[in-house]
Amino acid sequence: MSDTSTLNATTAGIDAMSPELKVRSSLNPGPRGRRPKRVLSRRNIFLYGILGLAALYYLLPLYVMVVTSLKGMPEIRLGNIFSPPVEITFEPWVKAWAQACTGLNCDGLSRGFWNSVRILVPSVVVSILVASVSGYALANWRFKGSELFFSILIVGAFIPYQVMIYPIVIILRELGIYGTLTGLVIVHTIFGMPILTLLFRNYFASLPEELFKAARIDGAGFWQIYGRIMLPMSLPIFVVAMILQVTGIWNDFLFGVVFTRPDTYPMTVQLNNIVNSVQGVKEYNVNMAATLLTGAVPLIVYFVSGRLFVRGIAAGAVKG
Amino acid sequence: MTDLSSFANRASSVSIRDLSLSFGAVTVLENLNLDIRDGEFLVLLGSSGCGKSTLLNCIAGLLEPTDGQIFIKDRNVTWEEPKDRGIGMVFQSYALYPQMTVEKNLSFGLRVAGLAKDEIDRRVARAAGILQIEPLLNRKPAALSGGQRQRVAIGRALVRDVDVFLFDEPLSNLDAKLRSELRVEIKRLHQSLKNTMIYVTHDQIEALTLADRIAIMKSGVIQQLDDPMTIYNRPKNKFVAGFIGSPSMNFLKGELVDEGGHIAFRTNGVSFSLDGYQASEALAAGRKVILGLRPEHVKVDSDIGHGETHEAVVDIEEPMGADNLLWLKHAGHTLSVRIGGERRYAVGTKVRLGFDMSMASLFDAVSEERI
Amino acid sequence: MAKSVAPGRPNQFLRNLNSKIACIPMMLTALVIFLGGTVWTVIYSFTNSKLLPRATFVGFDQYERLWAASRWIISIQNLAIYGVLCLIFSLLIGFVLAALMDQKIRFENTFRTIFLYPFALSFIVTGLVWQWVLNPEYGVQGVVRSLGWESFTFDPLYTPEIVIYGILIAGLWQGTGLVMCLMLAGLRGIDEDIWKAARVDGIPMWKTYIFIVIPMMRPVFITTLVLIASGIVKLYDLVVAQTSGGPGNASEVPAKYVYDYMFQAQNLGQGFAASTMMLLTVAIIVVPWAYLEFGGRKRV
Repeated sequence: MSDTSTLNATTAGIDAMSPELKVRSSLNPGPRGRRPKRVLSRRNIFLYGILGLAALYYLLPLYVMVVTSLKGMPEIRLGNIFSPPVEITFEPWVKAWAQACTGLNCDGLSRGFWNSVRILVPSVVVSILVASVSGYALANWRFKGSELFFSILIVGAFIPYQVMIYPIVIILRELGIYGTLTGLVIVHTIFGMPILTLLFRNYFASLPEELFKAARIDGAGFWQIYGRIMLPMSLPIFVVAMILQVTGIWNDFLFGVVFTRPDTYPMTVQLNNIVNSVQGVKEYNVNMAATLLTGAVPLIVYFVSGRLFVRGIAAGAVKG
Repeated sequence: MTDLSSFANRASSVSIRDLSLSFGAVTVLENLNLDIRDGEFLVLLGSSGCGKSTLLNCIAGLLEPTDGQIFIKDRNVTWEEPKDRGIGMVFQSYALYPQMTVEKNLSFGLRVAGLAKDEIDRRVARAAGILQIEPLLNRKPAALSGGQRQRVAIGRALVRDVDVFLFDEPLSNLDAKLRSELRVEIKRLHQSLKNTMIYVTHDQIEALTLADRIAIMKSGVIQQLDDPMTIYNRPKNKFVAGFIGSPSMNFLKGELVDEGGHIAFRTNGVSFSLDGYQASEALAAGRKVILGLRPEHVKVDSDIGHGETHEAVVDIEEPMGADNLLWLKHAGHTLSVRIGGERRYAVGTKVRLGFDMSMASLFDAVSEERI
Repeated sequence: MAKSVAPGRPNQFLRNLNSKIACIPMMLTALVIFLGGTVWTVIYSFTNSKLLPRATFVGFDQYERLWAASRWIISIQNLAIYGVLCLIFSLLIGFVLAALMDQKIRFENTFRTIFLYPFALSFIVTGLVWQWVLNPEYGVQGVVRSLGWESFTFDPLYTPEIVIYGILIAGLWQGTGLVMCLMLAGLRGIDEDIWKAARVDGIPMWKTYIFIVIPMMRPVFITTLVLIASGIVKLYDLVVAQTSGGPGNASEVPAKYVYDYMFQAQNLGQGFAASTMMLLTVAIIVVPWAYLEFGGRKRV
């Protein structure tokens, strides 16, 4: 059932091994040769039917978003959400990007976009740098207690953010960086640390230990081995970590809401404020354009990275 | 702080004093002492988990001993960094840096040490010349065959201009043909460089062919340290006897009896004269012992010279080309016997056996030490 | 300690110093934030902190108030319903999709891309899309009615009794792709020979799945379970985006309760108590798992 060609191969093997059997089978009027393949077998209809239906369920919201964002408001009020736009308009996109209002600011989502970029770049760089170095130390330069700290870190990954968020507010306030970009970068570095450290530790531990030993014999120290041996060998895992962090930080809402001020809100927070604002007439087309704009960055990362994304979330999900 | 270096053997290149290493409750090395002479090729031989690689890693400085000291060239290096010990190391998996070319691989250590460019070039050229890898210098490791990779790995130790070479199972990842080729090359390298070499392997052929002396290890303890022929012919205990030689030595359990003034070995109602056996202590009747006979020291039919003979029946025949291996039923034991490849026996054939007791080994049944 | 320590043994603190320096951020995070922060929150949940944390201890007052609040009870009920159903449906849908994907189908990559893309989107985007799709006037309900079925009613987001199911639909849409991927990886990890053996023995495929493959995938199931479960407890953004907790407070969840009390109602003590309850919930899920997963095995 799983593969008909395997069975054919097996019988072919038997034929080849035993000429006696072959003679007998040629005398037999029964079936021989390759099993005929039916494209429209009941199994295939069932299989692709279910997969197709499921695919429809997953695709529908994306389709609805795109279609709605290209319609004018009158058309939305008349028609249904699934029908394609009669008259394509890009005005909702322009409005979402440059004119949509949150509170008193009416310069659109572009403000949130650039805020998110300003948050994203340093957060991704710092969190990956810190985590990769710790992962490397944990894999290759263990010291007394290093595994204990790591265990606390991993257990900590399961603690709800809400439990730790207020102490962080206090610490950042004491340091005078609450509400600043630096503060948010630190927060992202902290909460990205468990998964990234695990990712890098497991990766570095999977590299041949003899390579590390050879580098030590060659006289390279902690940072030299990291920079000149490990780093150049680990580009794929850095890409995986980047995918993980770019999507994770871009999609963050809670830290954005807690650790930034209205004029530095990241895109997700601003999007939510635009769409869920109680004042004014609801402009569904603008809302959907704004939603698509916010989802665009992770979606692009997802479609471009393909298999690496899968590897990233699998690495994030299942301990190596 | 007293100068403990005087404790080390002056004539030796590497000295290990009371070395112990344990990971938590697991003891890997226990009170190990070993002196390796200047220019000697020493092989550490044992099955996996015996501590031979651990010992080598301790000498290299990649593992810290729990206790004891290590001297290289009369210098206590117990706590020194690997790079300061004057050693070069070759690994089983070659451990070449994949992103660097062969030349960069060879020169990495020298560049880290900050040597002048022309000195680096000179040393790389010399090593490449010795190992005949000049045409490969600009290639990456991925573009090399297994044998070429291992040659580069040896070259990396060579450029360091060190006193002691450490080999950690360097040939285990190669196929049989390449392995024997590189074995010869390593031997030639040792003959021309005359460096001290410490070589870890689980392959007894490598050990026997390469070593000046072999240290056989088991459970973190050196069982016997001797030249290959002594190890093969006069194993110190039953473990060493059984570990070296393929097929393994035949062991017969029995006891010593007095047969008309002569001490003989008796098992299952059959007795073996011990004429010609050089015992290290007086043999007393009644002692429980184990007799060890190598397959090639049991003579069959026409090979038998003089002396007593026994009868046996061929159970299985394993022709191997140059040799023919017979498994014989004899007095309740199965004996393996090696004869010339041209001599064939059908299963069930009765044969006569003779024994060369000067080449046999006798072990105490309890302590398993050689008598 | 050792009986004959060699001279020149370096200071144990200075040994591996670079590694220790490199690990400072990691150690600080583990100790100060994860351990310290958690302990701090638990301790201050026994105080009457309002706008600012105050160390005036009031025993279990905050917890009594918490469990007397109808909003908290609703939050817990919602989380329970959402959690149980989300677990069941994620595993079920995820496994079925994975099993179908494992039939050596064509376009496997296309299907996987389609099933997984929602996972790349944020909960905010997910919530807003489904808010629109489930819009009673223009969304599914409106479309079905306009097709002639006038009495058709499917309005979860504005019906307090079923609003949590509306959120569940969106949550499953976002998360099942990941479960499918994990399950597929688990299925692929099973030895091909098992399938061949079952086939030679003439065991029907569904029986092979239920009696052989699923038991063999126990570790994957457990890991996935823990993963989904700890994600469920954090459920927050989705609700904020999709319903803002409404209608009324019918779709409130604990994480939102915590946020609102900490940062809007300025009642820190309540927020700490509620977050401690969240911690307790996670501990109930994670501790047995961690014990099974790591406790039985002895480390060398």
